[in-house]
Amino acid sequence: MAQVINGYLRRIPVWAVWLGAAIPLALLVWDTLTGGLGVEPVRDIEHRLGRTALYFLIATLAVTPLMRITRISLLRFRRALGLISFTYAALHVASWISMEMGFLWGQMLTDVIKRPYLIFGMSAFVMLFALAVTSNDSSIRRLGAAGWRRLHRLVYPAVLLASIHWIWALKLWETKPLLVLGMILVLLALRVLIRRPLGRRPAKVQTN
Amino acid sequence: MKLKWSDVTPKADYLNRRSFMTAAAALVASPALALTGKPSGLSTDEAPNTLEEITNYNNFYEFGTGKEDPARHAGNLTTDPWSVEIGGLVDRPGSYSVDDLAPANALEERIYRLRCVEAWSMVIPWIGVPLAGVLDKAGVQPGAKFVAFETLVRPEEMPGQSRPILDWPYREGLRIDEAMHPLAILATGLYDDALPNQNGAPIRLVVPWKYGFKSIKSIVKITLTDSQPRCTWQDLQPSEYGFYANVNPEVNHPRWSQATERRIGSGLFAGRQDTPMFNGYADQVAGLYQGMDLTKNY
Repeated sequence: MAQVINGYLRRIPVWAVWLGAAIPLALLVWDTLTGGLGVEPVRDIEHRLGRTALYFLIATLAVTPLMRITRISLLRFRRALGLISFTYAALHVASWISMEMGFLWGQMLTDVIKRPYLIFGMSAFVMLFALAVTSNDSSIRRLGAAGWRRLHRLVYPAVLLASIHWIWALKLWETKPLLVLGMILVLLALRVLIRRPLGRRPAKVQTN
Repeated sequence: MKLKWSDVTPKADYLNRRSFMTAAAALVASPALALTGKPSGLSTDEAPNTLEEITNYNNFYEFGTGKEDPARHAGNLTTDPWSVEIGGLVDRPGSYSVDDLAPANALEERIYRLRCVEAWSMVIPWIGVPLAGVLDKAGVQPGAKFVAFETLVRPEEMPGQSRPILDWPYREGLRIDEAMHPLAILATGLYDDALPNQNGAPIRLVVPWKYGFKSIKSIVKITLTDSQPRCTWQDLQPSEYGFYANVNPEVNHPRWSQATERRIGSGLFAGRQDTPMFNGYADQVAGLYQGMDLTKNY
């Protein structure tokens, strides 16, 4: 069964994932242009971009547990998923700088230093940036496989910080961001609990 | 014949009815009771936000925590009959109707800036009466030092109350001199019409020099006391929400800088504007806080 699915998956080009990932952005642009965002579009734009970034980061994190449990391999798409997540995170930060803060650099700087949820969000973004610029073959070669893998473990603190950033930005304990944090914790726990894939598995999956 | 509060046609009804009418008949469908308030020298001359903006971007957690939730869910709230229980240190405690508290001939238009602690702002044309007059009607006793307010609890009509996100009922309070200040009003209308439910129908407090959460909505109880009352947000997180909650660009909320704000409806790239001390009402109210350390009494 897994092999059949993997067979189909192999036929999907990576650019198709990028195309699919552009749908939330297209919907956001559409809603912005048609007034579908209500009377304060800035907040919606910013929040939707941030949420989408986190969702793609979760998808990136789900690749390994999914493979270990079901042997369905999305490994070929993982780099794209990570880069898409970073793209949304960058748009989220850009919308904060331009629309929300109106390029008030001084206030942004003091805010990022003083406000815990901004410290968390910004740290997550810096980590994702480091991962994004090294998400290419030549970086893997330059850093060496082991070094590269060590660096890319930054995705774990990054996703936790991003998720806490969301929870902390709200005035109350809201259900949705808590569920998302729960999902992240489950995905991270699965990596620890299921270290080895169940049964045999082709060795070549280990690359990248 | 004197129009009573119960004669107000709910906005949804008349809009609905209007949609069935011909263009000619639409003239007849002007609101059953338009509220008119005498213009006031205390109004700002800044351009008010549109009715659409004011009624579709609300914090009213009784109807949900999203900004659009109140507009979506407040339609079922029964606002007539309504009574406000005034008690505590007053000469004439009892149950007052909205008409008793804000009779048509006493209504004023007050165009005020509103500043939310989340660092957004609006300009809103309220219709209402000074709170001082209402309290005088009940007869404030000399021992009264504070005024406590409570919002309705009716989970069957207020879906947000089915979750214990806040300690219902929502409570707020003012010091007596703040409550007696001419800027503090009880509003019953907005833009020449009865107050929409999501904005705190049928009667709400407006204290324009304080963060929006002080201006408690849909009031059912006013109690004069000699001790500082409990306030919902202060109870929940005292390090973030003080009793005074005066708009102060120099004292930051732990999570939001209060130096600047975004005016709702200003567009995608309008940027931010500086927040003035006491939301721009410093000339009128700074005296109330003379000698107080506002970083401690935030």
